[in-house]
Amino acid sequence: MRTMKTFFAVALSVLFVAGAIAPALAQEPVTIRYWQYYYDTKVTAIDTLIAQFEAENPGIKVIHETFPYEAYGARVAAAVPAGQGPEIANLFYGWLPAWARAGYLQPLPIDHAEIESEFVPMVRAAYMNGEYWGLPTGVRTLALFYNKTMLNAAGIQEPPRTWDEFIAAGKAMAIKRGPFFVQLGYGFGPAGQDHHLIREILLRQFGGVPYSDDNRTVLYNSEAGAKALEFYGSWQLTHGIGDVEFFPGRATYRDGFIAGLIGMIVDVSFAIGTIRNGVGDNFEWGVAELPVFDGGEPHNFGSFWMNGLTPRAFESEAKLEASLKFLRYITSEEAMKLWLREVGELPARLSLAEDPALASDPVYGPFIRSLPYSHATFFVDEEGQRQIMVDAINRVLLQGVDPAESMRIAAEEEQALLDAFWSR
Amino acid sequence: MKLKLSTRKAIWAYVFLALPLLFYLGIRIFPTLQAFQMSLYDWHVQADQRSFVGLANYTRMLSDQRLLQAFRNMLWYGLLGVPAQLILGLTVGLMLHSIKKFRGFFRAVFFAPYVAPAVAVSWVWSLLLSPHLGIVNQVLWYLGIDPQPFMTSPSQALPTVTFVVVWQFLGFHVLLFLAGLESIPRDYYEAAQIDGANRWQTFKNITLPLLNPTIVVSLVMATAAPSTGMLQLFTHVMNLKFDDPGGPLGSTLTVVLYTYQRAFQAYDMGYASAIVVVLFVILLIISLIQIRLTSREVEY
Repeated sequence: MRTMKTFFAVALSVLFVAGAIAPALAQEPVTIRYWQYYYDTKVTAIDTLIAQFEAENPGIKVIHETFPYEAYGARVAAAVPAGQGPEIANLFYGWLPAWARAGYLQPLPIDHAEIESEFVPMVRAAYMNGEYWGLPTGVRTLALFYNKTMLNAAGIQEPPRTWDEFIAAGKAMAIKRGPFFVQLGYGFGPAGQDHHLIREILLRQFGGVPYSDDNRTVLYNSEAGAKALEFYGSWQLTHGIGDVEFFPGRATYRDGFIAGLIGMIVDVSFAIGTIRNGVGDNFEWGVAELPVFDGGEPHNFGSFWMNGLTPRAFESEAKLEASLKFLRYITSEEAMKLWLREVGELPARLSLAEDPALASDPVYGPFIRSLPYSHATFFVDEEGQRQIMVDAINRVLLQGVDPAESMRIAAEEEQALLDAFWSR
Repeated sequence: MKLKLSTRKAIWAYVFLALPLLFYLGIRIFPTLQAFQMSLYDWHVQADQRSFVGLANYTRMLSDQRLLQAFRNMLWYGLLGVPAQLILGLTVGLMLHSIKKFRGFFRAVFFAPYVAPAVAVSWVWSLLLSPHLGIVNQVLWYLGIDPQPFMTSPSQALPTVTFVVVWQFLGFHVLLFLAGLESIPRDYYEAAQIDGANRWQTFKNITLPLLNPTIVVSLVMATAAPSTGMLQLFTHVMNLKFDDPGGPLGSTLTVVLYTYQRAFQAYDMGYASAIVVVLFVILLIISLIQIRLTSREVEY
């Protein structure tokens, strides 16, 4: 019995002393967490940046954690309210309204004038309720990836510049065996990039606008909207350059392109790294600016993943200082250069975006040259709005619904969604 | 005070039971109750910023077309999938029960899909059923049958998902029925034989009534159990059409998948909780009705 008492006494005093010393020791290094979804090239790039950042800032330790894309939202939703989440989270700009309203993000304590003078105008999409909520390392635009080997084999030397040339090239490359496609001219990706292609590119090229200036009214229930959807649908229904269901899996159009079974796809700049690694030496490929109508004006869709601060970053002065420092580091010019090399996303700082050397690059050039005419849709519910346009496409391709009618239904659904958001 | 040995034993039993009970309360019961509470609020991470909205989340459901479609789909999943699971499960069970050679082998064959992960099963089937590149359509074409769109068609997609789910979980029901059949004493069959009963009469008057407890378990599992029940499908739906979960055109969307999308993609936790509460009530009522209608005491 006596020995037990002594033991407890000693143990207690040890604990007490440790408790008194620990905070003093803990003051030195600040630990912050950075979360993003798992995308191979992005993970490597952030790891490299963290190593450099920690070397320059010995007092700060950054823990980098990633989750599968599908689980990312759920992890953030569970962790942040429990006080377990990251200080800095990477999110798609279209998620901002949902995240901000539910309290997962806090406004950035950074001067607005500084952001607006140094970053490309697209970053304005991270501005809501009078605040900036995040900054990107890279931004993306769309371009046409084409399989040069396949195109040449079909007797065409140059990538298409107009939509007529695009359809001709698609027809030349599409191959059917019996009722089955074995090779596609164009790889459809309604849920991938094609919903943007219709909403922000084809529709504008037909002379329409998708939303009102204040983003609260859907305007694509118009002649331009119907024409855009009809034209897109004609690629499969009239010209037979592909089929919406071809290559199984997740990013089906991109995987089919990498497998060498698809001639052309519309994809985002961040796919460059994946496509380059995936294709290897199997065939030659290239990138071209998105086609236009003969004599028409170009349009493009711009988007970005941004780095925002969660309520955790504001728990203490030291944490906030460290988090801001890291956020500034991964959105610096140096980080952006590395990001372009490793991931393929375009620099978000004006100083780099206007660099003539980058604009003439054979792979990055077409994306960078598209920046001035790119539009970033303001989403209030990215998943919901995407679904509405995907359904509009599927009604035309799978059910033979008239494109004008399909656009009308979509506009009605999306307006209801926007109204519900703004009325709460 | 000296406690009796039996009392001490009982106390210890309760102590040991308390731990899993606490765990169960914390992991299952408490969050369930919390969902009821959350369904009355407009969700926010910080508790003090959640606004009470009363039944607004519930009334909103009535005009949510996607949710109503998900409920309609749920009905179809149930109507197609539950009878299929039970009838096929019982049929295969009876066949396996009546053979002696290779019984273990066949049982393993039917049970194998059940132990495979649902994600893997769904991906393999999505490859097999791929309209242009999949082997199923190539075989159909070779046999002179038109290729089918399967998951690409808004009318075929739901039966396709149902087929994959039934294919995967059939083995589980077969096993249940086999166990049920083994437990019926042989004397009854011998007595029936002596009385001159034919096979149908034997099945109707002996096998079926004595299998009743098994049928109840099988029915409830096929209907409402998480992950195996037709009314709570998620994984298969998500993975069979990965680029458009619940599609095409919402034709395979389930209530659980829609709840997930509302909760973790739109962060609309209050609304998602309200849907969960409604689903909970529906499943509870269905399960109670099923148990009530099928549970009969059988005595011989």
